[in-house]
Amino acid sequence: MSNDAVMNDFASVPDGDGRFGIYGGKFVAETLMSALDELENLYNKLKDDPEFVAELDADLAHYVGRPSPLYEASRLSDKIGGARIWLKREDLNHTGAHKVNNTVGQALLAKHMGKKRVIAETGAGQHGVATATIAARLGLECQVFMGEEDVRRQALNVYRMKLLGAEVIPVTSGSRTLKDAMNEAMRDWVTYVDDTFYIIGTVAGPHPYPMLVRDFQCVIGREARAQSLNQIGRLPDALVACVGGGSNAIGLFHPFLEDKDVAMYGVEAGGHGVSTSQHAAPLTAGTPGVLHGNRTYLMQDADGQIMHTHSVSAGLDYPGVGPEHSWLKDIGRVEYVVADDDEALKAFHSLTRVEGIMPALESSHALAYAERLAAELGPDKNIVVNLSGRGDKDIHTVAEIDGLEF
Amino acid sequence: MSRIAGCFEQLVEQGRKAVIPYIVVGDPSLEITVDLMHELVSSGADIIELGVPFSDPMSEGPVIQLAHERALANGASLRHALDTVRAFREKNQTTPVLLMGYANPVEHMGYAKFADAAAEAGLDALLTVDIPPEEVAPVNAELQRVGMDNIFLVAPTTPDERLHRIVDQASGFVYYVSLKGVTGAGHLDIDNVAHHVSRIRENTQLPVAVGFGIKDAESAAAVAGVADGVVVGSALINAMAAAIEGGADHTAAGKVAAGLLAEIRRGVDSVTS
Repeated sequence: MSNDAVMNDFASVPDGDGRFGIYGGKFVAETLMSALDELENLYNKLKDDPEFVAELDADLAHYVGRPSPLYEASRLSDKIGGARIWLKREDLNHTGAHKVNNTVGQALLAKHMGKKRVIAETGAGQHGVATATIAARLGLECQVFMGEEDVRRQALNVYRMKLLGAEVIPVTSGSRTLKDAMNEAMRDWVTYVDDTFYIIGTVAGPHPYPMLVRDFQCVIGREARAQSLNQIGRLPDALVACVGGGSNAIGLFHPFLEDKDVAMYGVEAGGHGVSTSQHAAPLTAGTPGVLHGNRTYLMQDADGQIMHTHSVSAGLDYPGVGPEHSWLKDIGRVEYVVADDDEALKAFHSLTRVEGIMPALESSHALAYAERLAAELGPDKNIVVNLSGRGDKDIHTVAEIDGLEF
Repeated sequence: MSRIAGCFEQLVEQGRKAVIPYIVVGDPSLEITVDLMHELVSSGADIIELGVPFSDPMSEGPVIQLAHERALANGASLRHALDTVRAFREKNQTTPVLLMGYANPVEHMGYAKFADAAAEAGLDALLTVDIPPEEVAPVNAELQRVGMDNIFLVAPTTPDERLHRIVDQASGFVYYVSLKGVTGAGHLDIDNVAHHVSRIRENTQLPVAVGFGIKDAESAAAVAGVADGVVVGSALINAMAAAIEGGADHTAAGKVAAGLLAEIRRGVDSVTS
């Protein structure tokens, strides 16, 4: 494929059927198909509507607190002695993560559809908290599905959601983590499809979700691109972001896709190592398949059953990935790599101590790889790392690993 | 003529409606499934719908979801489902069997390889819950190559233009999902079911079977009054699970399910003959 052809493709994906090459699509039960069609039609009508765009922009500016800064982590860079590392500070958004960009957007769609109730699935609770927050602000009924295992390890965010007036429903099936929460949210949506809007938290799920979540998260990359030109004086040499479902990564990457000199690295959760089965790295160690409404890379066994995953980070503990990432991997535009649990924890401590910024364990995976990359690239290069969320929610996990009890 | 088309033709001649039990391959155990299929046929099943266990059965309610989990724990898989059909065919060459499951195991095996293996095993049809007409072309090409039917779901939320698109791709029969929700949920609104079944009939000559929400002889009879067949799943699986919890062995539990199916058969026949 020539570069020109690839560039044209970036603007034209997904196609009319919601496909990114062979990935994406709408693999759901018939009951949901008309709801997806309705959402797609509404979104296509609203996305270029000046009134809708103005409403969204106002929410992002005055409620979320955008633009988020691009911060040069010079002490971290000095410590590594390599490329300059810049942090896109999504941790400074209202609710403390990039997730809110998307929930603000989808909540506006729900409002336009006249829905009274929103549901969401959540792993680490960042998306659940963001959804509960928007629901509180708009006066919508809100239920959040969360795997029982994640309810345990993210108790703080569970309480935050309850304070915000949301009901948190622990999911006890399967691996009791994010994928099972998504199954349960889909079951709920099928049942209450008339009055319920399903706010999906990542760039996965059936079309149009991977497209609209990407569009809402692209504010990250648009800002980072302008900030880089302004603060660095040119585009960065590399972008690094963690990839679970992949919404913060696609949000950062997408506005740079046509800048062919900008290298991009999506960092998956290596868990206890990709040579073990204890990881969450479908792009690195999985194969294409169909789950949660889309075709994408999955962690699956020889019978096509979805495997249990492991990551120290609840937000990355997912056996699939957004379909656009699968396509970007296959066409070679983004390189997908892994950082394991230990590396992520080390990066968590490192940024906290050196810069006074406590990153989410998700973002710590991106930081771990960025540190490696910075050492390879040398001091005349610039790396932008998406600091997708703050680490307050992960303090219990880190403390437990460090042998502390509260 | 496919085995399913032949089955419905014969039922029409007899003035009867189809009774279609759903069980999950490998639940409660791998050993019992083939015997249970024969038992269900003896109790009045016209077509057997075999659930292929999947790790993430997103359209199933808790009863069938647990059945999938038990079956997976027993080591059941798509390959095992095909082996089950092959073993069933050793004693029964007339009762149509359809596999109902999710896209990924079939896609992972490969559509062509699945179609060949399924035809060789004596399978009649496939129903994949999460492959809508928009995505079905590559699957249907392979199923048609081996003369296998593809069953589609129609939902209460399906608008007319989608209905056209579905019946264009469908063969065997059309499966109407009687309510919004997952398997085993809710209560039947029979007038609503009648309305949608007649809407489907305006668009296709294919028989229409109705599933979701059919729990007993009474609800089965009500549905049989307006459709060509009734599918019953959660009620049978629940009956087996309850029997096992009460101390019955797997064979005895299977007989409990077969007994419930016999009641449903009588209910269905009461409105049609």
